Amino acid sequence: MDRAATSEKIAALIEPFNKKGIAISDATSFAGDLEFDSLTVMDFVAAIEDEFDIIISMNQQAEIETYGQLVDAVVKLKG
Amino acid sequence: MTDLFSKFDPLIQMRTDLLSTGVTDPFGLVMEKVISPTVAMCNGRETILLGTYNYMGMTFDPDVIAAGKQALDDFGSGTTGSRVLNGTYAGHKAVEQALCDFYAMDHAMVFSTGYQANLGIISTIAGKGDYIILDIDSHASIWDGCKMGDAEVVPFKHNDIEAMEKRLKRIPEGAGILVVLEGVYSMLGDIAPLKEMIAVAKKYGAMVLVDEAHSMGFIGPNGRGVAEEQGVLDQVDFVIGTFSKSVGTVGGFCVSNHPKFEIMRLVCRPYVFTASLPPSVVATAATSVRKLMHAADKRAHLWENSRVLHGGLRERGFKLGTETPQSAIISVIMPDLERGAAMWEALLHEGLYVNLARPPATPAGMTLLRCSLCAAHSAEQVQTIIGMFERAGKKVGII
Repeated sequence: MDRAATSEKIAALIEPFNKKGIAISDATSFAGDLEFDSLTVMDFVAAIEDEFDIIISMNQQAEIETYGQLVDAVVKLKG
Repeated sequence: MTDLFSKFDPLIQMRTDLLSTGVTDPFGLVMEKVISPTVAMCNGRETILLGTYNYMGMTFDPDVIAAGKQALDDFGSGTTGSRVLNGTYAGHKAVEQALCDFYAMDHAMVFSTGYQANLGIISTIAGKGDYIILDIDSHASIWDGCKMGDAEVVPFKHNDIEAMEKRLKRIPEGAGILVVLEGVYSMLGDIAPLKEMIAVAKKYGAMVLVDEAHSMGFIGPNGRGVAEEQGVLDQVDFVIGTFSKSVGTVGGFCVSNHPKFEIMRLVCRPYVFTASLPPSVVATAATSVRKLMHAADKRAHLWENSRVLHGGLRERGFKLGTETPQSAIISVIMPDLERGAAMWEALLHEGLYVNLARPPATPAGMTLLRCSLCAAHSAEQVQTIIGMFERAGKKVGII
């Protein structure tokens, strides 16, 4: 799956967690712009993990602050 | 200069706002005199204690006290050294033997606190390239153990067997796996479906660590905890426990049947690089642990207390953390921090102490009044407690 297709899938998965309907770009930050708290992060990460059949450990999550970084990480994890 | 404390401003503001309402600081209580495991003097008032971890009421047991006094006389006030240097006395070996006997396991290692037991064992056994799969509602000491080590940390939704299995399934072949669970989760007082969860963990070749801090002494036929109660203790690789709850003093431990377990004494930094427990503490702990082996009557009474309080509070309209009484912890869910603090204060004025628990310690941002029962609470005290809750709840407008 290329980056664009991965990005599209992740964008769809963000929808239910994007309570304020923030416009998503690669620079959108989860903590700052989307205001995800720790519980939301857990549910959202679980949704991504299930969709792509991958593990994003907390160690990896610590490096992911923005939407663009998440897409890159998922592309990389999918190999 | 950037003030390093500016990161605490939101919390400082929250505390200021709360205290400006005139409420007593829920985190500043001082007990002036402790009369028994269930009664203390607070602000000059005799107060029933319903917010301690003194589940089995061992703190004033005459045999326990006598053992501590004797050890003070015989061995002095402290060891001034690490367990691996000059800090292992006869008492430290005796309490480890008492734990081996209590759990019927081969090895026991005693730490200076329960927090350090989790910190040390988890950070040491799960290394680089290994995976730790843990419940999202795990205690801070478990999280800190994960943070201190180099393993990949993967949480799953609280008590969700399917979510746990999904994560186990995706771990790369050949990686070492540690599954970390708790018997009783201390915020809501709910227990884990250990039987099912451990079966899944074993299917994927994981080693299993269970923290039984809040179950030791009274859950399970011999008080060994939830894993014993559910018949799977033999499947648990590492049991973590503490002396600061049912045992009635302070200290932590890990018991295990792993044949190589003793090497932990040399490689586990929170064990090596700190002073060992004072002789009086290990003497009281050993005496208490041995007495807890024969405490079936107290266990039965504590369960009765838990059932009566749970039923009584529910009947009066309080929202509780569990549908049924599952442990000695009954959590009363408050609508918000303000009313939680007001209710806490109203109870204190009634002469009852409970724990006020709030985020980040609580799951889902809840404010809780956490009640923990003691085997030494009389049936009459439990009725008194229910009456206090009813009056305070009406006064604050929660029921």
